Amino acid sequence: MSHHSADTHHDAHHDELAHPLPLKLLFGVFGWLMVFTFLTVAATWIDLGNFNIVLALAIAVIKAILVCLYFMHLRYENPFYSMVLVTSLAFVGLFMGVALIDTHQYEPNVQSRLQEQLKAAAAEAGVAAPAATDAPASAESSAPRH
Amino acid sequence: MTTHHASHDHAHPAHLAHHFDTPRQQYDSAKIGMWVFLATEILMFGGLFVAYAVWRSLHPEVFLYAHTELSWKLGFINTIFLIASSLTMALAVRAAQMSNKKVLIIMLLLTLLGGVGFLCVKTVEYGSKLQHDLWVGPSNKYHPQYEGTHKPGEHHGHGDDHHAPAQAAPAAAATAQATEEVAPERTILPAAALPPGGLAPEVLAPDEHHHVAKHSLSYEQLTPRTKESVHQFFQIYFLMTGLHTIHVLIGMGLMIWLLVKALKNTFSSAFFTPVDIVGLYWHLVDLIWIFLFPLLYLIH
Repeated sequence: MSHHSADTHHDAHHDELAHPLPLKLLFGVFGWLMVFTFLTVAATWIDLGNFNIVLALAIAVIKAILVCLYFMHLRYENPFYSMVLVTSLAFVGLFMGVALIDTHQYEPNVQSRLQEQLKAAAAEAGVAAPAATDAPASAESSAPRH
Repeated sequence: MTTHHASHDHAHPAHLAHHFDTPRQQYDSAKIGMWVFLATEILMFGGLFVAYAVWRSLHPEVFLYAHTELSWKLGFINTIFLIASSLTMALAVRAAQMSNKKVLIIMLLLTLLGGVGFLCVKTVEYGSKLQHDLWVGPSNKYHPQYEGTHKPGEHHGHGDDHHAPAQAAPAAAATAQATEEVAPERTILPAAALPPGGLAPEVLAPDEHHHVAKHSLSYEQLTPRTKESVHQFFQIYFLMTGLHTIHVLIGMGLMIWLLVKALKNTFSSAFFTPVDIVGLYWHLVDLIWIFLFPLLYLIH
């Protein structure tokens, strides 16, 4: 909220809802968003292994922060709105974190069950089990199931 | 509490609803309402992002391969459209706050145009998917119950931005044919092209995930079990982008509503709340796309 020197308008300005942002600020934020978008694409041309997705998400988060702070005006608002946003993100994070931990904790169980089923099906087809080589071009092998 | 004024005098402006005492209370209520709604939207999309995260962490190769069917260039254009429309939306809010009706209307129109541009690109993308049998469910050429003639793994470069006929390498065609012929029905087993008892390495050695190729994979590099999972990428792709597109459509409807109200001189520095809160919604739509773009189109 802007403070003007005239005391007679003091109350009116405290109640003033409008807070137009400077054009330079809005266009500046837009410029940075474009820069980061180009960076996101450019980052895929360099091989950083598993770090690629971390970098992509980091850039996305920076873009998101710019949009939230300036376009969505959070920097100048009552911190309550930021809290609402952060809380929702925290719950999504909790959801994702626990789901991922859970998934990977039980993956060995899933794999061993699958293994059992594969062995059972192989035994049913009456074929011996050679060592596992998962060559894609092995079209000519095995007793056909149909 | 306060005396109710029967006539609309300065203390009770026309835009102030009767259940509010002051314009600020009305404005704050609207803002809180919209922010809480945005929180629910984040949670809704969050569910889909969790599905993405779980699936991708279990089958990174599927994602490394399947994203090549998407066009990152079209996704990039869409990103530009949405970010630009976010700028014009912020400028629209600014114009409303400064009681500038002309600029407000121009900015609302430009924001709407950004949405239209996004939809056009989306239509091209989805149309191309439909044409190449990369649609949902059994219409997808990677689905075990697919009954069409397109060969999995056969595609021209990076998806939809090429229109040259597909030139499948003989090896790819042979592999694809084998996979197609032997798996007409849904089975938990890998395609019979796999030697029975020949378990996919990822079954025997779960820590294979750590050695996933860094670059995009070609279809031939996938294990048969992975090939069965490729169509899942497209389900996730269509769910996420589809739900997002519905939100863009709703946003465009809201933009038209704002335009009609703006033309009727509804907005000024005293009352610009609807522009402000529709702006918040539109920025959220942009935010979601900011995350969707790298996660779906830029997987390397």
